[in-house]
Amino acid sequence: MIPELGHFALILALCVALVQGTVPLYGAARGEPALMALGRMAALAQLALVGVAFAALTHAYLTSDFTVANVVANSHSAKPMLYKFTGVWGNHEGSMLLWTLILALFGAAVAAFGENLPETLRARVLAIQALLGVGFLAFLLFTSNPFERVFPPPADGNGLNPLLQDPGLAFHPPLLYLGYVGFSVAYAFAVAALIEGRVDAAWARWVRPWTLAAWCFLTLGIALGSWWAYYILGWGGFWFWDPVENASLMPWLAGTALLHSAIVVEKRDALKSWTVLLAILAFSLSLLGTFLVRSGVLTSVHAFAQDPARGLYILAFLLAVTGGGLGLYAWRAPALKPGGLFQPVSREGGLILNNLLLSTLAVAVLLGTLYPLFLDLLTGEKVSVGPPFFNATFVPICAPLFAALCVGPFLSWKRSDLWPALRRLQIAFAVSVAAALIAAFAIDGRSTLAAIAFGFGVWLILGTLAGALDRVAGGAGAMQRLRRLPRAFIGMSIAHAGLGVVVLGCVGAGAWNLEAMRAMKHGDRMSFAGYEFTLRGVEEVPGPNWIAERATLEVTRGGAPFTTLRPERRLFTVQRRLIAETAIQTNLVRDLYATLGESDGQGAWVVRLYFNPLAPWIWLGAAFCALGGFVSLTDRRLRVGAPSRRRTVLPPAAQPAE
Amino acid sequence: MSTRWLYLLPLATLGIVAGFFAWSLTSDRNPASIGSALVGRPAPTLNAAPLREGETAVTDASLRGRPVVVNFFASWCAPCQLEHPILMRLAEREGATVVGIAYKNKPADALAFLKRLGDPYKHAGLDPDGKIAIDWGLSGVPETYVIDARGIVRLHFRGPISERDVKDSILPALKAGS
Repeated sequence: MIPELGHFALILALCVALVQGTVPLYGAARGEPALMALGRMAALAQLALVGVAFAALTHAYLTSDFTVANVVANSHSAKPMLYKFTGVWGNHEGSMLLWTLILALFGAAVAAFGENLPETLRARVLAIQALLGVGFLAFLLFTSNPFERVFPPPADGNGLNPLLQDPGLAFHPPLLYLGYVGFSVAYAFAVAALIEGRVDAAWARWVRPWTLAAWCFLTLGIALGSWWAYYILGWGGFWFWDPVENASLMPWLAGTALLHSAIVVEKRDALKSWTVLLAILAFSLSLLGTFLVRSGVLTSVHAFAQDPARGLYILAFLLAVTGGGLGLYAWRAPALKPGGLFQPVSREGGLILNNLLLSTLAVAVLLGTLYPLFLDLLTGEKVSVGPPFFNATFVPICAPLFAALCVGPFLSWKRSDLWPALRRLQIAFAVSVAAALIAAFAIDGRSTLAAIAFGFGVWLILGTLAGALDRVAGGAGAMQRLRRLPRAFIGMSIAHAGLGVVVLGCVGAGAWNLEAMRAMKHGDRMSFAGYEFTLRGVEEVPGPNWIAERATLEVTRGGAPFTTLRPERRLFTVQRRLIAETAIQTNLVRDLYATLGESDGQGAWVVRLYFNPLAPWIWLGAAFCALGGFVSLTDRRLRVGAPSRRRTVLPPAAQPAE
Repeated sequence: MSTRWLYLLPLATLGIVAGFFAWSLTSDRNPASIGSALVGRPAPTLNAAPLREGETAVTDASLRGRPVVVNFFASWCAPCQLEHPILMRLAEREGATVVGIAYKNKPADALAFLKRLGDPYKHAGLDPDGKIAIDWGLSGVPETYVIDARGIVRLHFRGPISERDVKDSILPALKAGS
């Protein structure tokens, strides 16, 4: 009964979305307030209906209702409660339902907090949001119904992919989707602006908080995914340039560029058409990611069950959304009036450089991801594009990006001088060069590139710090100035420094790590990275739905007990799949990382050890980036709904036109 | 006026990319296969020391006369363990001739592996330094080849084989190749 309720709610939601997607658009074109006002009610109703459907599916999972095909295929009665819950989105249908729910959530948020948006703009944004909803609801109902029943019900389910039965991956999809889907709001705003034919500072001020919020969630989602890969795949790596990882990186890069270019629109009324394009692209690249993961066009370790029929549907949807947006762009964007002029050396100039480099990175990732597909189709040749390509493209583009990142905030709007900014950064520069030299000679001569990258990491942190100090220090009233720093500036500084921390982490874990592999018997001892590891035994441990071999590795340092590592190999009994559970001991500066391999059947086990300096900083830094975004969101100017007050103060005519 | 065309550029790019996607979806391309230069050609020569004591070397002669399945495995490889029950069924229930080559594996380890999980191999050889693997174009273990009675490679799987591979390709190939 409850699954039918959920199914019914989905059908109703589709009907509501169809109304919400058309009537307010018509109302906005005709200037009918009653029709436009319909959008807000419909958006709230849609959230309620999709919420009911999601709750119904969750109920089916929590009660292990094996009359529902989706639950049978992806759940099992012996699964821990947490994974019964997260199993709701651990499969294709459920994750699409989560997408739709978050889409409805964002639509309802625009309806609820968009109090001060101009009526026509709000009506159009909500209508476009609803049209996106129509696409997803129809996709669910016609190709991927999560509420399909089976008869007769089997005694038990097939269980969830063991790789997904992990706290890191359980919450990775919701965060990622909050990011992907959050960009839909930027997309809706961009399309609405193109329909209205007007992009101004007020528009940018509405778009920015939504983009920023989406960007923060996407950052967290990607970081969580990378952390999961780090501790579960057992190779000590954290980023594999896998198509699915790249799929999430592309919208992130486009979104980062959008965040920065929207500032120029807001402050200087320039870069309008470019910003609108980025807003369309950020969401389109999110959809592209979904398409790549679910269509079977590319393979990846994380891909969902793939089905060409679904692939064709998503492709059609992708074409409609992206093609519609870009078509409208080609038609209407040339009419957007260019705004304020500026010199190449200025804040605007710096942000343009940032945008150029970020979009080049996004294009590089796109090419690297799709090149194997193109080549295979055109020539039948099979290649895979891996780390060498991405390292070769990312490093030369990131170098100027990072170099300029610290300088940009020192430049003033319109026109500026490079020299004073550089002089205020000279200490940071000197220390960074010293850090790179120390890294090159002291750590070891293995990789000059790593040493240079290390210098860049230090530069990002110190340069950002110098920027903040410059605002505060100097004579009396420093404390007061510190307190009066705008939240947006504090947030920016945290995020920029966080990026530096990520870079340091990547250098440490990627270039300076040590690894060792050995077959060990009980009592065997091995020295590694200044620690001694002794295998104290391997025992069988039963879990709720797995049986594990758990090794006990005693770690001593200079003879004194240091810690005990317990890596496991879990055999998931339902799926008969082996999953390694690594054991990681971290002190936030380095990780000791152990995985347990095969036994030779005669009392020896393969043990792999990694020493990963600075590895935790990768995720710590990413968390700083997201934190910076959230801090920036609390800035008065960006508070959702606040912009309108400024809008009345700042009519278009009062904009500095230069 | 010429800059107007610039605004069409994103749309045109989308058109090209989407065209490739549509092509890929409608073609029979299998993205998981990384291809093999061997399919349709005579199998590379095989001369491997025996894994099990007292047996003769595994040579080309072991492959001739009937279709065979050649499987490269190693005791240290987890996916090999995964596909092992399928090889067992293939040998026992379907009566296929399966030849195993232990890749970079100590004989004792490989024998222990087979003792634990069952031994599906009619002939089993050793490739301690990976020389045979180079001739056979191996990219890792496990990899599985189906060779017909005349010694022509018919199928090449990189990675563990699944029940579906057996049903959809291996059994039909074995039947057609005899």
